[in-house]
Amino acid sequence: MIKNLFKFPGGVHVSQFKDLSIHEKVEPAKLPSKLVLPLHQHIGAAAEPCVEIGELVLKGQKIASANGYVSAPIHAPTSGTIEDIGDYPIAHPSGMSAPCIVIKPDGDDKWIELESHASDYSSIDPSHLRNIIRRAGIVGLGGAGFPTYIKHNPGPDGSVDTLIINGSECEPYITCDDSLMRDRPDEIVCGIRIIKHALNAKHVVVAIEDNKPEAFQAIKKALADFDDESIEAVQIPTIYPAGSEKQLIYTVTGKEVPQNSLPINISIVCQNIGTTAAVYRAINHGEPLISRYVTVTGDIHQPKNLEVLFGTPINELVDQCGGVKGSVRRLIIGGPMMGFAMHQLNLPVIKTTNCVLIDAKESKAFKTRDFAMPCIRCGSCAEACPAGLIPQQLYWYSKSQEFDKAQDYNLYDCIECGCCDYVCPSKIPLVQYYRFAKAEIWKRELEMQKSNTARQRHEFHQFRVEREKAEKAEKHRQKKAALQAKENANKDDIKTGKEADPKKAAILAAMERAKAKKAEPKNTDNLTEAQKKLIAEIDAKRAKQRNAASQAKPTNEDSKDSNNS
Amino acid sequence: MSLYTPSSPHFHANNSVTQIMLKVVYALIPGILLYVLFFGFGIVMNLLIAVVTALTCEALILKLRKRPIIPFLTDGSALVTAVLLALSVPSIAPWWIIFIGTAFAIIIAKHLYGGLGYNPFNPAMVAYAMLLISFPLQMTTWPLPLSNSNDYLGLVDSFVISFFDTASAGFAIDAISGATPLDYLKSQLGLEQSVSQIMQSSANFGLLGGSGFEWVNIAFLAGGIWLMKKKIISWHIPVATISSLIILAFIFYIYNSEQYASPFFHLFTGATILCAFFIATDPVSAATTPRGKIFYGVGIGILIFVIRNWGGYPDAVAFAVLIMNMCAPTIDYYTKPKPYGHR
Ligand code: SF4
Ligand code: SF4
Repeated sequence: MIKNLFKFPGGVHVSQFKDLSIHEKVEPAKLPSKLVLPLHQHIGAAAEPCVEIGELVLKGQKIASANGYVSAPIHAPTSGTIEDIGDYPIAHPSGMSAPCIVIKPDGDDKWIELESHASDYSSIDPSHLRNIIRRAGIVGLGGAGFPTYIKHNPGPDGSVDTLIINGSECEPYITCDDSLMRDRPDEIVCGIRIIKHALNAKHVVVAIEDNKPEAFQAIKKALADFDDESIEAVQIPTIYPAGSEKQLIYTVTGKEVPQNSLPINISIVCQNIGTTAAVYRAINHGEPLISRYVTVTGDIHQPKNLEVLFGTPINELVDQCGGVKGSVRRLIIGGPMMGFAMHQLNLPVIKTTNCVLIDAKESKAFKTRDFAMPCIRCGSCAEACPAGLIPQQLYWYSKSQEFDKAQDYNLYDCIECGCCDYVCPSKIPLVQYYRFAKAEIWKRELEMQKSNTARQRHEFHQFRVEREKAEKAEKHRQKKAALQAKENANKDDIKTGKEADPKKAAILAAMERAKAKKAEPKNTDNLTEAQKKLIAEIDAKRAKQRNAASQAKPTNEDSKDSNNS
Repeated sequence: MSLYTPSSPHFHANNSVTQIMLKVVYALIPGILLYVLFFGFGIVMNLLIAVVTALTCEALILKLRKRPIIPFLTDGSALVTAVLLALSVPSIAPWWIIFIGTAFAIIIAKHLYGGLGYNPFNPAMVAYAMLLISFPLQMTTWPLPLSNSNDYLGLVDSFVISFFDTASAGFAIDAISGATPLDYLKSQLGLEQSVSQIMQSSANFGLLGGSGFEWVNIAFLAGGIWLMKKKIISWHIPVATISSLIILAFIFYIYNSEQYASPFFHLFTGATILCAFFIATDPVSAATTPRGKIFYGVGIGILIFVIRNWGGYPDAVAFAVLIMNMCAPTIDYYTKPKPYGHR
């Protein structure tokens, strides 16, 4: 049982604006004339289409399959015809287009035959449960979109200590999880129990911020129906970013996920509320993930939550909610703290779209960034940083492009929560600088890798040239030797000397030379000290991350799962 | 049509550099009012001259440096520098002392180092130290509190004193001015008098510290506490500065109360309060990490005590602050908090 909660450092109290959208009843979004389904709606590899243009599909039918271990399949959200498979604008901050499948709904909304799995989920083998979840295309609905089944792997111990269900929804404006908890507490609780079974979790904590008392009561009531003491709901203090995975883990358990590690390594798994409901529907009803609750809010006339089929264009949601109050200045997908501003409104909702937030030109809640003052080193940012960093130093080094120093100040521990940026009196776009620095470091690293490959190629080429030369020389020598031997034979005093295979020796010598060259690679000769240090640090960092990643590798059992599907 | 696509976060606290600086100025107002009450309008002259000089210099330099003038002129930082310097200079000093000091603070101590956010030293304190070294006489001639002089210095008197001299205003310089309590104590201790004798011998000393100044300081203290409540400054530096000074003073006072003044005296005389809440807390030149701020404050407290007792200058705030300004980057480096996941 949870006795006390822990307070993570920093965080900010942000105006909530949740009242805007929470009071209206959730309604289904209207069926649009076209659904545009991006193949990449999750973390990992994009799905691969398994339908043809012109094909008729039923609701729930798989239209794209998972491509590898970290990937998820995509299903038709309604019945209709595949109209196109091609590039369409997607919800990406760069404003790019990406491969999508377009469905023209026929209006019948006819399901495929569903296979319910669960009169009793507890009789199902956990690995089979994972498999169903994988095939249902379920990914984390909290925002990141990490394929859920991968997280449902208890690891080598065969059990996890604590499963944390994240119902904190700490970003302002967003209320989709709140609504879901109020509307469907029983489904959520069932889903939680299924995940608990899959993970063989000892404790389950449902963490809900204390600004959502109704949701908390609903979940509590639903939990009371099952006499399971290992699952409890707790209210956590409302402070942004309480719902960020690492901060939530700290709040609930007092533990910190070590740097470059994953929660599973300290026997903790976090799942979003929405994901639990999706798991329930997949197991009990055989339904794949084809829709979700989306909060449509901000400067619009009737902000509310809608249940939206994936692929529905955002502008139609906005229209359904009464349209924009004034003229749109920005569209944010996600919350105001971490959400991304998009280039246009005609973008499809995907699995990770939790909120559509409109900022109108006439709005007072949002401001534009016009002018940043210099940093006055007031330290407000460090006080607000939940990761315990010194944002002003990160900013300083990111700006001056001293990336090794920025990493020294733990740039990679920054979760981009935006707290520092929020409190900065100088209005410096701090997070933007961190993103820039991270991107720049990756870029340099890629270049380094490229030059490494080029160097290896060059070395191999050198080696081949040398070998050929050696061989030629050898042939030459042999011919000469043969000639000489003939002459010698003519002279009749042949001495049969035992020589080592000369060809082999020549090759060996060439290899030796190539090796020596490799020992001091030419294109790193002229590096400055700083560059060398940078290389060493990046290598170290990579190694650490590789370690962390390898610890999170699937067990055999799971690879089997993926083979099955 | 492409929408506005800035990087997240899209929300910002409703604060600004200007607001912070203005609040610092507001917090000084009660102390300034008492100052006027006890010592006349000289301080108002100081403030006016300093503010006008500071803003003019700031605007000129910004123009020379081709920086946007309006945002920087209205950020309030020059204003705060001007006010702090005006409060540190004797209120009966001639106008050119303040003019030179302020111009030096803004042009040399601030902009030569890169302007707002880049100056490693507190500009007001750099200017104060320069003035003290260059014009020791004018910088140590302080007004006497009202109870001691028969004549209250009104606005006109102050104007005349500032721009002409004391005689033109119809005052004898000795009637309205004297050494500060700290100064007096120091010179008398040098004459082998005991602290209690000295305190009694001069009406210059009040209940807690220098008479008159003690009330001004209490008002500054109130303003400082208000700033802490408003979260403009954190508790670390004031608390560390004051407690280290008090503890040191207390130890020496217990050890020999005839030679060393009481902790209260140290707290309410000179610029201790002003320093702890308003000068040492200048974010640009102070340490910034929470632990670092404590070391920084403790350093200032110790230096104030050491320089007051054994140094060459009666008050030590400026030098203590400047010395610790130098240490701030190092302190920050070694007091980095441990990030999440590194414990
Ligand atoms: S909050 Fe802004 S001004 Fe203050 S130290 Fe951080 S970056 Fe600098
Ligand atoms: S964005 Fe990064 S540096 Fe800023 S508060 Fe969040 S974790 Fe700290």
